[in-house]
Amino acid sequence: MRNPLSDTIVQIKPSGIRKFFDIVSEMKDAISLGVGEPDFDTPWHVREEGIYSLEKGKTFYTSNSGLKELRVEICNYIKRSQDITYDPLKEVIVTVGGSEAIDIGLRAMINPGDEVLIPQPSYVSYEPCALLAGAKPVIINLKAENEFRLTAAEVEEAITEKTKILILPFPNNPTGAIMEKSDLEAVAEVVKKHDIYVMSDEIYAELTYKGKHVSIASLPGMQERTILINGFSKAYAMTGWRLGYACGPEAIIKQMTKIHQFAIMCAPTTSQYAAVEALKNGDDDVAMMRESYNQRRRFLINAFKEMGLECFEPFGAFYIFPCIKEFGMTSDEFATRFLEEEKVAVVPGTAFGDCGEGFLRISYAYSLEKLKLAIGKLEHFINKLRAEKEA
Amino acid sequence: MSEQVNNEKLREELLKLVEKNSRMDLKELAVLVGAEEIDVVNAMEEMEKDGTICAYHTLINWEKTSIEKVTALIEVRVTPQRGQGFDSIAERIYNYPEVRSLYLLSGGFDLMVILEGKTLREVSSFVSDKLATMDTVLSTSTHFILKKYKDHGTIMTTKKVDEREMITP
Repeated sequence: MRNPLSDTIVQIKPSGIRKFFDIVSEMKDAISLGVGEPDFDTPWHVREEGIYSLEKGKTFYTSNSGLKELRVEICNYIKRSQDITYDPLKEVIVTVGGSEAIDIGLRAMINPGDEVLIPQPSYVSYEPCALLAGAKPVIINLKAENEFRLTAAEVEEAITEKTKILILPFPNNPTGAIMEKSDLEAVAEVVKKHDIYVMSDEIYAELTYKGKHVSIASLPGMQERTILINGFSKAYAMTGWRLGYACGPEAIIKQMTKIHQFAIMCAPTTSQYAAVEALKNGDDDVAMMRESYNQRRRFLINAFKEMGLECFEPFGAFYIFPCIKEFGMTSDEFATRFLEEEKVAVVPGTAFGDCGEGFLRISYAYSLEKLKLAIGKLEHFINKLRAEKEA
Repeated sequence: MSEQVNNEKLREELLKLVEKNSRMDLKELAVLVGAEEIDVVNAMEEMEKDGTICAYHTLINWEKTSIEKVTALIEVRVTPQRGQGFDSIAERIYNYPEVRSLYLLSGGFDLMVILEGKTLREVSSFVSDKLATMDTVLSTSTHFILKKYKDHGTIMTTKKVDEREMITP
């Protein structure tokens, strides 16, 4: 029989997270610090709006680009948070999560052989999506000594004449790193100099703990060369609703809409109605969740300091990325032993790129009580490792 | 000026935390709000002194125990007194230890008494013997609480279970 499969997809490695998931799900009573989604429920007024839309029979397709009312609210939100003006009719598309926006954005812009710069450690889907779009992914290894920020020099060094897009994944999953305005200005200069585009994944934009998030699209001359991606999953605790969006130049959004139209039709209608409510009346919910994440973040930083675990202070998302190099084992070995011996699941840094070696991603999308329990176990474990090392 | 604002912000964050969990110690509070421990100690002491923080309570679901308790909401209509309004009648009511809460309300009646007793009889005799007989009380209407779904912002009927996948990207 003929091989039924595409060589391209077969050659793509499955997500490094998968392996861990399989071990953890077989283990009873394991505690997990491994999730990438909020522990809060979607705010009730948002859920109720979804229910209400169903009651009213709003169960049809929306326009391909999404409900007009939602696109208008998205533009209002970006105007008030970043002072960037987008045309809701031509420069916005509502997608099935930020993930779809990444996928169709790359597919709309890539010609075979184009290079896409992907800073790592970062979210697992950029590289596969770039490959599926026919691009050559070029990895930029972010450095712990820069607090995992992207520097202009690193971009400059990675650029070739084939470079077309720089992916900018900040605030960052898994490191919690952010890019401040001055960091972005330096990168923007290089981007403009070499006439490339930026795909800025700002899904964690609302979750920063050192001043407000700045979008690279707000810098002079950058809006016309940036695809800004955001969504509802992290800010409003709406992961299961699968709703995101992309804003950018009309020419790009138009082609993205074409792919979306043929592959997806439109984002879920119920989710879109709920999202309108989230953007209109959800600011207080976001502030409440941000404050809570920030308290947990401070708790973890303090706990790591007390147990002498090396870690830079992350100012974004809900992850902390401690260094475990002192124990002389790989991230994978550490995470596996930690799971087996203490029954706590964390994700090895290598799941987010090779340069995540020596680090762990610990999520603080958990209640303080759960964090305390897990951190107690982490302390017990590293004391054991240190004793082993001395013996 | 900015220090004043920050102090207000610190107090607000502390109050929100201890309102949810009054068992947090001062050191832990300082870590969570990202302030020096001494500043937290001072802020908490000030708020205890000036009556912002009145008491540290525990929310108990008595239904889980074998102890019998009856709670009633009593709507009370009264005649306010010249020069004292509702305050003196309120004082006569709230001094009874079985009165858990007392509020002055707008609308169809004046005072809302929340009363706790061991039995129905105890509650009803309080109403008929003590409350209804007060000179200024015009009428009372007693409602017994059958089930507590939510109290002090805490849902009491169900415990939330974490249904998320253990590991997600």
